[in-house]
Amino acid sequence: MTNVGIVLVSHSLELVKGLEELLNQIKQSVPIAIAGGTDENEIGTDVFKIKQAIQSVYSEKGVAVLFDLGSALINAELALEMLDDTKYIKIADAPLVEGAYAAVVQSGIGGTLVEVIGSAEETKNLQKIIR
Amino acid sequence: MAFTVDEAKLWLINLNKIYQQEKMYLSELDQAIGDGDHGINMARGFNELNKKLETAEYHTTADLFKDAGMVLLSKVGGASGPLYGTAFIKAGGALKDKEEVTKEELAAALFESLEGLKLRGKARLEDKTMLDVWIPAIEFLQNHPKVDWDEFKKLVKEKMEGTKKLEAKKGRASYLGIRSVGHIDPGAASSYLLFVELARVCEGVGL
Ligand SMILES: Nc1ncnc2c1ncn2[C@@H]1O[C@H](COP(=O)(O)OP(=O)(O)OP(=O)(O)O)[C@@H](O)[C@H]1O
Ligand SMILES: [Mg+2]
Repeated sequence: MTNVGIVLVSHSLELVKGLEELLNQIKQSVPIAIAGGTDENEIGTDVFKIKQAIQSVYSEKGVAVLFDLGSALINAELALEMLDDTKYIKIADAPLVEGAYAAVVQSGIGGTLVEVIGSAEETKNLQKIIR
Repeated sequence: MAFTVDEAKLWLINLNKIYQQEKMYLSELDQAIGDGDHGINMARGFNELNKKLETAEYHTTADLFKDAGMVLLSKVGGASGPLYGTAFIKAGGALKDKEEVTKEELAAALFESLEGLKLRGKARLEDKTMLDVWIPAIEFLQNHPKVDWDEFKKLVKEKMEGTKKLEAKKGRASYLGIRSVGHIDPGAASSYLLFVELARVCEGVGL
């Protein structure tokens, strides 16, 4: 894979399914994987789902993980600990929707993992309405 | 007498009964300051664990704790899943292949659990989380060569109730800010139940 992989983690499977659909319009060759809900697809997060999602888009180009709330971060960090080579995996401190959109764009134009994470995190300061 | 794999198993089996009984109560606490699922999460996770314990055979407390941790990690669902899961895995790691666990060794193992919880959740004392029960509980166990279990139970109860006056800084409740004050933290309540049951089991074997 030549583009940074993107992993979307949410408490809701439907939420990341929808987000993936939205991103498919612009993704081109960017690998995207989702980890939503518990192992029974109820509201929550699941460390093994996250681990699997990361592995499914993994390459040395890197993987950027975006998450929604609370335990999503705890489980994403735990998933990283379970994986051996985490040099190329980073978690973005960013809002899920805007961050993922920016990350996919940056990855699509061939950005490095650091650039992809940077673009995602910049959306924290995005002003959506100019008043 | 000592704490062996039998006591470890008894503790977890009793905890399952308790979390089934307190399912509504823990969820009600979580409704006030979170998403209302803590009781459901704990009941589901411990029910799965109980099923596992009915069939699996363990020779050491360490093996039992590690396996219990893995079940909780994947079956509890909320933030409390990876947290309690980590706690049991870390305790198991510390106990190695010991068949009879002394009070000191148990305290040391639970200290490793606490370190794991801190690392995982990055919460501090008075952030209104389960750590507000865990930190004083482990300190008490480590500082008392002979534990007065009644004193211990009193302490964890006090600390659990003490979370009422705190403002949440971690987890779902932190979104409420100042409005989280006046409610007991659900994770502190489930940890209180965990320690009270541990005390009962330890008393039973004269630890
Ligand atoms: N970062 C943390 N560190 C320590 N304890 C925490 C942390 N976050 C949450 N908790 C504890 O977990 C309890 C909530 O557990 P619960 O099973 O309801 O998970 P949740 O918050 O609903 O999870 P999720 O984030 O998936 O919605 C809290 O009452 C608190 O004691
Ligand atoms: Mg909850």
